[in-house]
Amino acid sequence: MAATTIAVPEHEMPLSVESRGRVGMLCLILAESTIFSIFVVAYLYYAGKSLSGPTPREVLHVPIFNSICLFASSFTIVMAERAISRGKVRVFAPWWLLTIALGTIFILGTAREWHRLIYQEGLTITTNLFGTTYYSLVGLHAFHVLVGLTGLSIIMIFTLLGYVKQEHAPRIGVFSLYWHFVDVVWVVVLSVVYFIAR
Amino acid sequence: MADAAPISRPIFPTERAASKPLFEYLHEWVITVDHKRLGILYILYALTFLLIGGIEATIMRIQLIVPHNHFVSPQVFNRLFTMHGTTMIFFVAMPILFGFINYLLPLMIGARDMAFPRLNAWGFWMTAFGGLILYFSFFGGSGLYGAGSAPDVGWFAYAPLTSPAFSRGHSTDYWIIGLLVSGFGSIATAINIVTTVLCMRCPGMKLSKMPLFAWLNLVTGGLVLLAMGPLAAAQLMLLIDRYLGGHFFDTQAGGAAVIWMHFFWIFGHPEVYILVIPAFAFVSEIIPVFSRKPIFGYPIMVAATLSIGFISMSVWAHHMFTVGMVSYANAFFVASTMAIAVPTGIKIFNWLGTMWGGKIVFQLPMLFCIGFLFQFLIAGLTGIMLGAAPLDWQLGNSYFVVAHFHYVIVGGILFALFGAFYYWFPKMSGRMYNKRLGLLHFVLFLIGFHLTFDFMHIPGLLGMPRRIYTYEPGRGWDMWNLIVTVGVFFQAAGILVFAANLLWSYFKGKLAGNDPWDAWTLEWTTSSPPPPYNFATTPVVKSRRPLWDLKHPEDPDWKYE
Repeated sequence: MAATTIAVPEHEMPLSVESRGRVGMLCLILAESTIFSIFVVAYLYYAGKSLSGPTPREVLHVPIFNSICLFASSFTIVMAERAISRGKVRVFAPWWLLTIALGTIFILGTAREWHRLIYQEGLTITTNLFGTTYYSLVGLHAFHVLVGLTGLSIIMIFTLLGYVKQEHAPRIGVFSLYWHFVDVVWVVVLSVVYFIAR
Repeated sequence: MADAAPISRPIFPTERAASKPLFEYLHEWVITVDHKRLGILYILYALTFLLIGGIEATIMRIQLIVPHNHFVSPQVFNRLFTMHGTTMIFFVAMPILFGFINYLLPLMIGARDMAFPRLNAWGFWMTAFGGLILYFSFFGGSGLYGAGSAPDVGWFAYAPLTSPAFSRGHSTDYWIIGLLVSGFGSIATAINIVTTVLCMRCPGMKLSKMPLFAWLNLVTGGLVLLAMGPLAAAQLMLLIDRYLGGHFFDTQAGGAAVIWMHFFWIFGHPEVYILVIPAFAFVSEIIPVFSRKPIFGYPIMVAATLSIGFISMSVWAHHMFTVGMVSYANAFFVASTMAIAVPTGIKIFNWLGTMWGGKIVFQLPMLFCIGFLFQFLIAGLTGIMLGAAPLDWQLGNSYFVVAHFHYVIVGGILFALFGAFYYWFPKMSGRMYNKRLGLLHFVLFLIGFHLTFDFMHIPGLLGMPRRIYTYEPGRGWDMWNLIVTVGVFFQAAGILVFAANLLWSYFKGKLAGNDPWDAWTLEWTTSSPPPPYNFATTPVVKSRRPLWDLKHPEDPDWKYE
């Protein structure tokens, strides 16, 4: 076997080692969205099949303010990303903090809504099929928001300690993909729970 | 170039062990993130569970050898078939295939490791702990007051058997948590596989130049990503039902038991292809090398695999014809099940086309692959029979079904796996296997397989249902059950010979050299076993058979591709 020299072909690979974080995150998002799809299917399948009240129409109010906050956080995280990719850590930090604040408002809003449903409307996960499917689906999403908030906060702490630099922009981009996913899922959950299956 | 890598001498795991204190050596294996070591860990772990699952199967067959047998009680029998199915699918087949993929994928595409080595280790340990959690149920299944009990709800755990009312204690919870944990491990591994194939290929290896092994396992990875989620979701719902008082599968509160079946099989049928596509991948690498011809119809193979992947997501309810679905649902799932036979048939013809006119070398890996071809064909044919709803109404839940899917898993997947073991053992261990023992293994296992699973179809046709712990004499089932059980002993003997061969060859086998089969893919350019860094210099490829190009610079493949 003579070691022949073969010139490196000129064409570039469209995906390379640098893009593996993004590809990996997209794979995770694909797997996660199948989990959500099953919960959404269960919600739709059981809509209107509860044997007793309360029904969604009686107790659910569309969480307009909450949703606006969550959707706005997708915008603020893009601004933060843009800042860090230009190396402006001082611009990045406030946008990132604002993203955390908006996410926190959302999760507190969910907590308030659940508190009202449990203590005023008497709807728990055991009450009826609506309760079971509602708390599971919204809870699964809220869990993902919490995971996202944890990640956001860790990055915030690193930023405050001065570790985050321009070179980390791609990694922050990978993480923000997850946060966008959490937002997109809320579009689906919101329309299914509060509009389609009322 | 790849073979010019300054690889001085293979490093044998055995001599490493001798040179270090045992504890330090084991510690190295526990903390490893090397894809080759993780691959071997996966394989060893799966072989251990293969032994356990095999013993469970043997006990069941001893119970059924004659009518009215009292070898085990009905309760134990229920636990045995539950644990046998769960173990074989989740803790034997999946880990062993992931092991081979882990070990070989980076080597074949010229990478130094998987895309996320630490995630890779995480995935393995999740799978490992999942298995331990499942088996802990033997001690903790019914809490401290009982002697413990394994789950007894069947491997697909149909509702309402799993509801708190019918499944007391915690045995079902161990089943749920064990599979959830290992399922997340599988998702992690799938993320790694897909990302590795997409992002880690060496220069020149375009998607169209990848070995079929990489292509097929890319599809496997995608299917794992799509299929494990629904199972996890369904199991989370079951946990909500069991612990929080939810009503997903609680018919008393308006829930539906059938929806569990849908959710389970949305996972369950793609799972079959998750297992069989890596087996296709092995066969697609082995048959060309031992036919001394490049694979026939490479682009068609890729297209067929992709269409199998797509169609496999829409056939799940053919497991549910006997439930009584509406007629158009039956028609749809019959049609999609028939459709999936087309790309599968294309594959079989491509393998035959590869062998046609080739100089076939009848080494052990090839023997197992030829066995695979014939047996997988028969498995596919009985699959088409069961995919026709009217015939399924007659045969559903009978031993015919059991015979069919064991034909797929043992006759197809396991034979391909044994082929892969013998093909890549020299690469992984640096030593050749013992050919006589290998041949004995092949003959014993072939006889045992056909005695067991050919004759298992017949009691199924005669009406013997699955999962019964005993049966009445005089229904015409007795002799067939006897033959089936006798076959199991041949298979068990074959497995023991196989294990002995692995052990003997690991210590005493002849040195294999880098390329014992005169093969064509990149893993054979490295030493056997490969060094931790795989390739000293990154290889550059121009065709699908880079090693052929190196060996035959006067007639390289890239001129014709």
